[in-house]
Amino acid sequence: MAQNKSGSRLFEREGFLAFLLLAPALVVILGVLVFPMISSLGLSFTDLKLTNPKSGAFIGLGNYRAALREPIFWASMGRTGIFAVSTVLIETFLGVLIAMLLNQKFVGRGFVRGLVILPWALPYVVNGIMWKWIFDANYGAFNALLTQLHIMGSYRIWLGEPATAMLLVILANIWKETPVAIILVLAALQSIPEELYEAAAIDGARRLRCFFRITLPLLKPIVLSLIVIKTIWALKEFDLIYIITKGGPANGTNMFSYYIYQNTFEFLKFGYGSALAYLLTLLAIAMSVFYMKSLKGGLNVES
Amino acid sequence: MVGRTKRLGRVFLYSAVAAVCLAIVTPYAWLVISSVSYRVDLTSVPLKWLPKSLNLENYRQILGGSSTSEVNASLKTGLFNSLVIASSSTLFCLLAGSLAAYVFSRLHFRGKNTVFSFILLTQFMPMIVLIIPIYIIMSRLGLLNTIPALVIADCSFILPLVIWLMRSYFESIPRDLEEMARIDGCSRFGTIFRIIMPLATPGLAASGIFAFIIAWNEFFSALILSSTLRSKTISVIISEFSSKVGVDYVAMAAAGVVASLPPVILALVFQKYIVQGLTAGAVKG
Repeated sequence: MAQNKSGSRLFEREGFLAFLLLAPALVVILGVLVFPMISSLGLSFTDLKLTNPKSGAFIGLGNYRAALREPIFWASMGRTGIFAVSTVLIETFLGVLIAMLLNQKFVGRGFVRGLVILPWALPYVVNGIMWKWIFDANYGAFNALLTQLHIMGSYRIWLGEPATAMLLVILANIWKETPVAIILVLAALQSIPEELYEAAAIDGARRLRCFFRITLPLLKPIVLSLIVIKTIWALKEFDLIYIITKGGPANGTNMFSYYIYQNTFEFLKFGYGSALAYLLTLLAIAMSVFYMKSLKGGLNVES
Repeated sequence: MVGRTKRLGRVFLYSAVAAVCLAIVTPYAWLVISSVSYRVDLTSVPLKWLPKSLNLENYRQILGGSSTSEVNASLKTGLFNSLVIASSSTLFCLLAGSLAAYVFSRLHFRGKNTVFSFILLTQFMPMIVLIIPIYIIMSRLGLLNTIPALVIADCSFILPLVIWLMRSYFESIPRDLEEMARIDGCSRFGTIFRIIMPLATPGLAASGIFAFIIAWNEFFSALILSSTLRSKTISVIISEFSSKVGVDYVAMAAAGVVASLPPVILALVFQKYIVQGLTAGAVKG
């Protein structure tokens, strides 16, 4: 009885209760986040290859030095940069534009707003096979459409050239991820009080002026967040490349995440792959720190 | 004059909305049409856009009792694996994550904010940096190609998400309710499980649906951790279609539609929850 009482008093102590409730989540976080993060940092200083059981010796910064000297590494970085900049800018621009459109009053607005979620909900792999099928060289709908409209004389092998293959991967990404931008910007637009526009209208301000003086400054924090978040996503892009191009043709779509995957799980260079993955992580962390900072600034503007 | 500009404006507005709808629906509609066409129609040049008769054979084989083709039989297994993996990781993360979120919302301990920021920051970690050690551990434990391995890997991104979403939900529940329950002699545990959790049911549902869709759509870690049918998810099995030569386009499209139905239906039905999840997860996170 007495023991029971002291037990329940222990539960009343906040620190202990907090620890108890946090325990299951902490075990998972330590197991699948903290430990792997430390472990792959360790691996990145070794020459571990799964094909060679004697490998795994400490080689310091050797992998990092090798990576930075590798032309393919810089080429994949360049392609990642092109992919990231183009998808992020286009998706943010389209997101703002379409969100402003869906913020107008029209019949069926609720339905269209719901429909926007469709591409987001589609599994990445299904998105990939869908676009690959549409741009199929022999039977694809895009070839069929362009030839039937007499825009093109004969079918083209879209995925056969690095430039068009890259464009296709970018298009597939834009179709899938613009909805996130639309939804976020739309939410921000809805939180702008109507009175601001009414007051501006009384002052005789024109629509365009309202947009640049009221809407755009208030959208600035969310647009900034979008740009940073989407850049991080673009750095991590793997699924589409794996499904549509496998990095080809002639490495034309081989971006950073796919390059890491190849080195680690195809060439089984686990040490080198870890170093590459860490370089990507550093890039992502730098972006997210910048993100947190810019977000803090954004919140100050709001309040 | 004013009426005319206004009318022009309406025409422009509706055409723009129609263009957006078309851009969203057309690619997916083509996948659906392909999935119920016959191969002859799809591979004819010039292409016949609409099938003369419906071909539901692949749907019957994937969803129905018996499948004559090996591919459709493996899709059925993949569908089952995806369902088990996505629901178990969602349920576990809802349980562990909501308790943790309660702590971050209501209790105080030293370093709380640091721990919380760290958890949020991990959301930006590229999966590839985590998957290399996870792969090594799973292979040492003999867990490669098993469902638990995939559930555990999924937790690495679903748990932080649930913690974040549930914390903002707890923040919206008034604190007086707990204080009143405490005054009435309810224990701390009692307050959490009898007062707070029932009140948080809508938040749990919203986070659960959001997490389930993300877990269902996950591809990368499933690809790395499963090389046998025992744990391959539907996404992994469909990805194998795309690298095969002479692939059956109709079967591939049907598989794609079937794999997309659970997340698409959930998202369209519970669109309010998805909007909440996306805005809370991305705007503030």
